[in-house]
Amino acid sequence: MFGLKFNQTGKLIRFIIRRDRIRIIIWLLVLTTITLIIAPAYTELFPTEKERLVMAETVQNPAMIAMLGPVYGLDNYTIGVMFGSQMLLFTAIAVAVMNIFLVTRHTREDEENGRIEIIRSLPVGRLSNVTSTTIVAIGVNILLSLIIGIGLWALRIESMGIEGSLLYGAALGVTGIFFSTVTVFLVQLSENTRGTIGFSFFILGFAYLIRALGDVGNKTLSLFSPLGWIVRTQVYANNYWWPVILTAGVAFIIIAAAFYLNSIRDLEAGFIPARSGRKTASIFLKNPLGLGLRLQRTAIISWLVGIFVLGASYGSVLGDINSFIETNEMYRKLIIVGEGFSLTDQFITTIMSVIAIFSAIPSLLMLLKLKKEEKKNRAEQLLARSVSRNRLLASFLIIAIIMSFISLSLASVGMWSAEISVMEEPVSFITIFKAGIVYLPAIWIMIGLATLFLGVYSWATGLTWLYLVYSFFVVYLGKLLQLPQWMGKLSPFGNIPQLPVEDMNWAIILILTIIALFLIASGFAGYNRRDINVTKDSFYLSFLFKKNKN
Amino acid sequence: MTILKTTNLKKRFGNVIALNGVDLEVNRGEVYGFIGPNGAGKTTTIRILLGILQPDEGKATVFGKDAWQDAVEIHKKIAYVPGEVNLWPNLSGGEVIDFFVKLRGSNNKNHRKELIEKFDLDPSKKCRSYSKGNRQKVALVAAFAAEADLYILDEPSSGLDPLMEKAFQECVMDIKKAGKSIFLSSHILSEVEKLCDKVSIIRKGKIIEAGTLDELRHLTRTIIRLKTKEEIPALDEVKGVYDIKKTNNNTYTFQVDTDNIGDIVKYFSQSGILKLESTPPKLENLFMHHYKKNGGVS
Ligand SMILES: Nc1ncnc2c1ncn2[C@@H]1O[C@H](COP(=O)(O)OP(=O)(O)OP(=O)(O)O)[C@@H](O)[C@H]1O
Ligand SMILES: [Mg+2]
Repeated sequence: MFGLKFNQTGKLIRFIIRRDRIRIIIWLLVLTTITLIIAPAYTELFPTEKERLVMAETVQNPAMIAMLGPVYGLDNYTIGVMFGSQMLLFTAIAVAVMNIFLVTRHTREDEENGRIEIIRSLPVGRLSNVTSTTIVAIGVNILLSLIIGIGLWALRIESMGIEGSLLYGAALGVTGIFFSTVTVFLVQLSENTRGTIGFSFFILGFAYLIRALGDVGNKTLSLFSPLGWIVRTQVYANNYWWPVILTAGVAFIIIAAAFYLNSIRDLEAGFIPARSGRKTASIFLKNPLGLGLRLQRTAIISWLVGIFVLGASYGSVLGDINSFIETNEMYRKLIIVGEGFSLTDQFITTIMSVIAIFSAIPSLLMLLKLKKEEKKNRAEQLLARSVSRNRLLASFLIIAIIMSFISLSLASVGMWSAEISVMEEPVSFITIFKAGIVYLPAIWIMIGLATLFLGVYSWATGLTWLYLVYSFFVVYLGKLLQLPQWMGKLSPFGNIPQLPVEDMNWAIILILTIIALFLIASGFAGYNRRDINVTKDSFYLSFLFKKNKN
Repeated sequence: MTILKTTNLKKRFGNVIALNGVDLEVNRGEVYGFIGPNGAGKTTTIRILLGILQPDEGKATVFGKDAWQDAVEIHKKIAYVPGEVNLWPNLSGGEVIDFFVKLRGSNNKNHRKELIEKFDLDPSKKCRSYSKGNRQKVALVAAFAAEADLYILDEPSSGLDPLMEKAFQECVMDIKKAGKSIFLSSHILSEVEKLCDKVSIIRKGKIIEAGTLDELRHLTRTIIRLKTKEEIPALDEVKGVYDIKKTNNNTYTFQVDTDNIGDIVKYFSQSGILKLESTPPKLENLFMHHYKKNGGVS
């Protein structure tokens, strides 16, 4: 009887690979390429011991530790140690994100869309789909571990030996496996795809946050986070394997629990039931703006809470910076005396650029919701009911713009409210608020870009996300990797004056705002002209067709 | 031989009672119609039969096996078509059909080809670009290509054009000839009348009528159109006659209770029949009779 629960798992595995081979290859390729490009870059950037020692001093900064994890191997700060301590956590998060999407796509998303129903009406076991998805995810992660591990070793960088390289790969892979099992577990709880992805990202974010708080303050706290374990591998220095084994063990327990829940639940149900709706529409639900708000109510609230917490957590780190300076005489000389502004100010500017990039996410999500509405044929129902296209697009745009303002403000409030309780001489609210709100035009450019894609090539909206990821890389990691300045200037976030360290530059703000307006206007023009609900295929077709006519 | 049996099935979703004691029995070789208003519990019943929902109370057995416990065994001999078919957007219809056939284990290429032609399906198109009806056809081809003993069809012809509906009905007839059983939920009453031997009507999660079509017809009235030589005396006092409409020169339209039809014919034939037309009771009349009272659950 037990065996039948897994009936036909093999065929389903092949089916998943058949559907996702391109997607999987792209993920593997991107993650591997980035890793294998960055590692040699370190050898060029820090060829001598002296340069590495300067870097060693820089990373012993609480902001850096909160971001990247604890510093280790300082007595022999090799290229390998630098690479391992600075790249592992971020790459692991990217791997986790890949797994969350991969697993959700084949479990809750297929189930919510009624595709599992037909499969389950065939002689396929109750656990076959979730098992095959898990096996594919584990396989992809193991493959990733090996490719990255062997690839790093094959670079022949002196301080990057075979054991460290394989451990680096394994740490990434096991983080991926961990978050794939977490996602499989959450699939059993949430009835829909959005909920599953939301929960999973919440867990990922939470794991990151307690690790950040723990690494800067109370170290035990970090041990409650799988990401806290992973950064304790001390790759290329001590090469501890216990975090990998621990993570794999916990992942096994989670997956066992998930399988049990899956085997006793109804198809298309979740253990956290969805609430039932109202009988009649509330007074707000009478125009597309109201609809946009109603559809995303939960998402809006969760994001605002999340951003507030993000600000507050970094605010609480500010207190640790003070004690850090008190204990580290040399560091104080290096930073404060040397550059003429306080460490807290510098911390605020660094953190604000990251918070601003995060704050762009809800705005973009809210705007791009319109694309989903279109894809599911719901936008046409609105447009068929005397709602003009301008009005429809404008409604979602307004939500996005208001969100950008509220997000940045809340992040500042969060940071300030945590900071006043831990600092002896707290930074004034207005300083923090200015440092955050100055990023508004950068978010507007992202919104403008999304509007442009939405209006002209709706299938290309994904490029906005890519640009945001690029911005994150150059703005944050750019400093660390000492990327050329022009790369930072290619992102709107890299052009914003970094208050309070830099002076306000109204000209740049104005220029960025004008560019944003221009993008938005072009988006509107396109949206009024194009067909609603064109798939990629038919877009290409119409393109060919037009060409032939000429 | 009983192929499918449910006893006292109950299922709630939160505080919605979807099924409130459903009893069904389908025998080998029967085409069994399952009708009821929206939200009555048809799909829920079918999903319990497929072992993808667990009943809160009661028992569902297929081929004598427990629908939840032995789902995999049962499904080897079942073919299912859902009411709303969703497929993987980036696979072609042909790929999906093959995948379903492969999961079943059987492989009859000829039959597949025949069915694709019959339903006029382009199997090379991506599912993303199929219309609703075409997606339905993919599921129908996959189901009919299977060598099953029981076909469970949940509103299978919703979205099909009349031509395809005919093709679908032919397929059902073929299966019936081969001695297989079919459990068909449908809103198209003419289809049910044409195809089914037995019918159950479900409302608010309870079976309110069940039986052969003939038995059910007994519950309704036949419509008689009549022209006589002489006026029929005191027709409205005859037992079992309703809704009399008389036009000039002795033309009558009225309804009669099927049980009293013999006596009534005897009675009015005394007046000399010139023309007689009778319309057999339609399932629709019965349906309306039951539906109108309270409608569905929600
Ligand atoms: N997953 C679910 N969660 C909550 N309620 C549900 C769920 N599935 C069905 N219901 C409710 O159970 C009742 C029966 O639904 P069911 O889908 O079985 O009806 P149906 O007879 O198939 O209707 P239709 O003719 O519209 O297809 C309805 O009131 C429905 O709202
Ligand atoms: Mg139904």
